[in-house]
Amino acid sequence: MTPDLAEAAIKEALGQVTPGADTTAIDADADLRDTLELDSLDFLRFVEILSERTDERIDEDDYPQLATMSSAVKFLAGRASR
Amino acid sequence: MPVLGADMDEGTVLEWMVKPGDEVHKGDVIAVVDTAKSAIEVESFSTGTIEQLVVGVGETVPVGTVLALITEPGGERAKPARAAPAAARTPRELAEPEPTAPAGPAPHPVSPVIRHRAHELGIDLAAVHGTGRAGAVTRADVERAAVALHQVPEQPAAPSPAAPAPRHPRSRPEAEPRAGRARVTPRARRIAAELGVDLAAVTGTGPAGAVREADIRQAAGAGTPAPAAAASAARSAAERNQSMRQAIARLMARSKREIPHYYVTNTADMTQSMSWLHDRNRELEVSQRLVPAALLLKAAALAARQVAELNGYWVDGAFRPAEAVHLGVAISLRGGGLLTPAIHDVASLELGDLMARMRDLVARARSGRLRGSELTDATITVTNLGDQGVESVYGVIYPPQVALVGFGRITERPVAAGGLVGARPVVTTTLAADHRATDGYTGARYLTAMSDLLQRPEEL
Repeated sequence: MTPDLAEAAIKEALGQVTPGADTTAIDADADLRDTLELDSLDFLRFVEILSERTDERIDEDDYPQLATMSSAVKFLAGRASR
Repeated sequence: MPVLGADMDEGTVLEWMVKPGDEVHKGDVIAVVDTAKSAIEVESFSTGTIEQLVVGVGETVPVGTVLALITEPGGERAKPARAAPAAARTPRELAEPEPTAPAGPAPHPVSPVIRHRAHELGIDLAAVHGTGRAGAVTRADVERAAVALHQVPEQPAAPSPAAPAPRHPRSRPEAEPRAGRARVTPRARRIAAELGVDLAAVTGTGPAGAVREADIRQAAGAGTPAPAAAASAARSAAERNQSMRQAIARLMARSKREIPHYYVTNTADMTQSMSWLHDRNRELEVSQRLVPAALLLKAAALAARQVAELNGYWVDGAFRPAEAVHLGVAISLRGGGLLTPAIHDVASLELGDLMARMRDLVARARSGRLRGSELTDATITVTNLGDQGVESVYGVIYPPQVALVGFGRITERPVAAGGLVGARPVVTTTLAADHRATDGYTGARYLTAMSDLLQRPEEL
């Protein structure tokens, strides 16, 4: 998966979890949970949608890598190229 | 008009899910009512046949007002559908003129699932020919009727919920369904309300001139809300925020005015719980995974069952224990405000089921589709602010409940154990309780019981 596609998938998933939130202007290094005020259920839903979209298994141990937009893009892009 | 929370004085009927002649069962959703806090699905208190809808869509009436009349099986008199629990009002139905007999064939026995499906599809069950046993209507019958689209419900075109038409219920008979007026499917009605479309101005293209979803979308302009409609929706969101703020203000001020709160706090070691959770989640698909809050809620409920003096209501100067633990869960809404709907009988739910209930409840709280019973049944409430990064929260009790449990963030701290200091995940638990009902000793027993439960996550 290219970084562009990964970013699009992440933003789409975030958009579904937080309807109405502006996902276009998220700082690449800002904590996603803080920025979008995601609680643990929201974050789980985010992971769920992202996993469905990208057809990647995302384990709990991978959650830290989904903390920011840049780390999440890196994580997904790295995954798919394996 | 039922009391859907201690802070509710009046409500507005947004939508009727039933019409005269419909059979309803206890617990069926029969109407959607708007309160200061949100739109709420109102369930029927009894089983029988809807005789008359007394309060029309768009009308605002005080709690205790009769919304509809239901004839119970074998009964001759119509009964008010769900009077307010504490209502000491004169039943208005006695002054109402006798309703005319509902038209159409008598409904066949229909299961709740089928009825729900019929409602989704906008199908009038009374007009569906049943092919099941003893003429029962099956799911296939309903879906066939939907495909044919020849059975549009005999429902009057109701004013859009936005229409400012609060009338005295007594004037209702004049507003009874008029023959010849355009019929509207429930789905179309809902979409019209969402898009701010005036139903009276829409030309129906369905059978017998019925207004369908497509007609509404067309009237709204190529499927997108007109700017004016969007603006009015935004305004109503602002109004909603304000009315919710006021409702919270009233209730919380009452709580602090009437309830002598005492507080106890404890630190629970989460090492066992977190490690058990991690092992469990490792094997599971995302949709099946648990969050730590599920363990915390279950422990809170089991502890409330053990220390029953904290689970119930303070009414008329005395504590009334509740039979089961219906856990109120504080859910913050995007854009401000909060709701505290209950998850029923948490103490007897499997963790996986509890997790599913939590997810469902949060989604419905935020989309405004909670049920009346969920907003009135809580016996003790939990607030979990751990996700917001705070260490602890000292809550304000929801009257007439007598306790509120607070959880902070689960975080690693240096903990001394066996003479050694190590880093362990811990959570700060707090209890705010009503000193009229219990003393600090009881509160302490509760938090200790909860902490003990969290050390044995496999038993939760």
